[in-house]
Amino acid sequence: MIEAAGLTKHYGTTVAVDDLSFTVEAGRVTGFLGPNGAGKSTTMRMILGLDTPNKGRALIDGKPYVELKRPLGTVGALLDAKWVHPNRSARSHLRWLAKSNHISYQRVDEVLEMVGLTAVAHRNAGGFSLGMAQRLGIAGALLGDPSVLLFDEPVNGLDPEGIVWIRQFMHRLAGEGRTVLVSSHLLSEMAQTAQDLIVIGRGKLIAQTSTDQFIKDATEDSVRVRSPHADKLRELLDGSAAVTDDAVDGALVVHGMDPASIGELAAANGVVLHELSPTRGSLEEAFMQLTKESVEYHGA
Amino acid sequence: MTLLAVERIKLFSTRSPWWCMALAIALTVGMASLIAANTGDQFPLNVAVTQSFTDFGMVVIMVMAALAATTEYRFGTIRATFLAVPSRTGALVAKATVVALLAGVVGEVVAFGSWGISKLIKPNVDLAINSTAEWRNVAGTGLVFMIAALLAVAVGILIRQTAGAVAILLVYTMLVENLIGLIPTLGQKIQRWLPFMHANNFRTADGAPVTDGPGAGSQLDFPFGPWGSLAYFAAIGVGLLVVALVVAKRRDA
Repeated sequence: MIEAAGLTKHYGTTVAVDDLSFTVEAGRVTGFLGPNGAGKSTTMRMILGLDTPNKGRALIDGKPYVELKRPLGTVGALLDAKWVHPNRSARSHLRWLAKSNHISYQRVDEVLEMVGLTAVAHRNAGGFSLGMAQRLGIAGALLGDPSVLLFDEPVNGLDPEGIVWIRQFMHRLAGEGRTVLVSSHLLSEMAQTAQDLIVIGRGKLIAQTSTDQFIKDATEDSVRVRSPHADKLRELLDGSAAVTDDAVDGALVVHGMDPASIGELAAANGVVLHELSPTRGSLEEAFMQLTKESVEYHGA
Repeated sequence: MTLLAVERIKLFSTRSPWWCMALAIALTVGMASLIAANTGDQFPLNVAVTQSFTDFGMVVIMVMAALAATTEYRFGTIRATFLAVPSRTGALVAKATVVALLAGVVGEVVAFGSWGISKLIKPNVDLAINSTAEWRNVAGTGLVFMIAALLAVAVGILIRQTAGAVAILLVYTMLVENLIGLIPTLGQKIQRWLPFMHANNFRTADGAPVTDGPGAGSQLDFPFGPWGSLAYFAAIGVGLLVVALVVAKRRDA
């Protein structure tokens, strides 16, 4: 379990993380969602003791990271797949990590096998593709068989096969009862990966909820209606639903009433309908709607 | 011990330390052989002369030591290290220790290699190491290399960038300490407190006059004897390392 309480980090006058509190439960994949620059990486670095918060603290299974005795046995982290020496072999990279936490070299070969890098273990990590580097990073995170795992944007730059592989991998890890926190700036990705969501923008908490609930709340269902008697229909609907006009083709867009009720109302009043179609707001739209106030950098 | 083993694996699993060590030894011993071959009645060969070029090896080893720290920052492996070993002081002290021990070994190889090749080239010249001054001059090189390596690791940790750290070390050791002597009167008063002047005093005090390297020809009025100078040099190296450790502990990785 990861607990953050009032985490705050300034860089000069810029507030990167602002009084952020949340908990990450064991046995589930928790998505850490926010636009670029929202403070996801900074938060993860504070959880891992790399950056010192100006205020607040983060605990892992009740302890600050720096107080863990064999940290790799408790927490596995992949913050940046490029954190390897390019002229050091994959196996040597894992071996010094293993040595530092009293992990056997046999385990090094096990995790290499697990991520499918056994055949290239002797090769220098600098020659690895991004996908291979990500796998090496995951091997490093799994080295100590930790109960808590943190991944920062693990699917960035991966091909579809790699994305599916990582997704299934994280589900398996959570299924084994581990705590898995994975960050992303893509809601569509998180919708398929995470059961819970922590959503932040500009360093502030926007929501902590289950993914299903978040999508339900964030995406609004509406019904498109076209009718030659649009004005009459609008009057009928007035009061029981909100009606707006589609700017493009002049159809009515009805919020807060399901298609069946609209159809029955129209039939009862002799209104002819040419179209009656339910639409669902896209995830990305909803996400942008929620975080648009808090996007740090956006195009004009 | 675990942390020492970790740093040993890190250092020896890339090629650049091997290159630096080979270069330090080959350059110094090679130059010593050239010097020995060209000595004669006008420039007689003695034990001190065989050691003329050891400072060259020291500078190469300092580059290696600085790289051991800066490449970790360059490639982000320092963060991986701090994740695996949250006690930053322990991890960095282990690194400095491994690098310093290695530098000490290279220093001895450089010193006795230079002396040995000179003896091979001029077998008829008496190059026996008899006096304590001569022993300090040759065998003391390892100690000087060790402390110089500690200092270079400290600079690497503080600067975090290879180009900056190497430039500072090279310019300081090869130029600044010598050029300060050009300031009339004041220059020598400053020089007698500069660390590498003391490293040199440790190896050459009470011995044959120095013909090359830092302090050559100058007669500095050192505040300490040879062992005092070594202690002073060591205090500066360790002191700088302590500063680097405090800074690394407080800084975001």
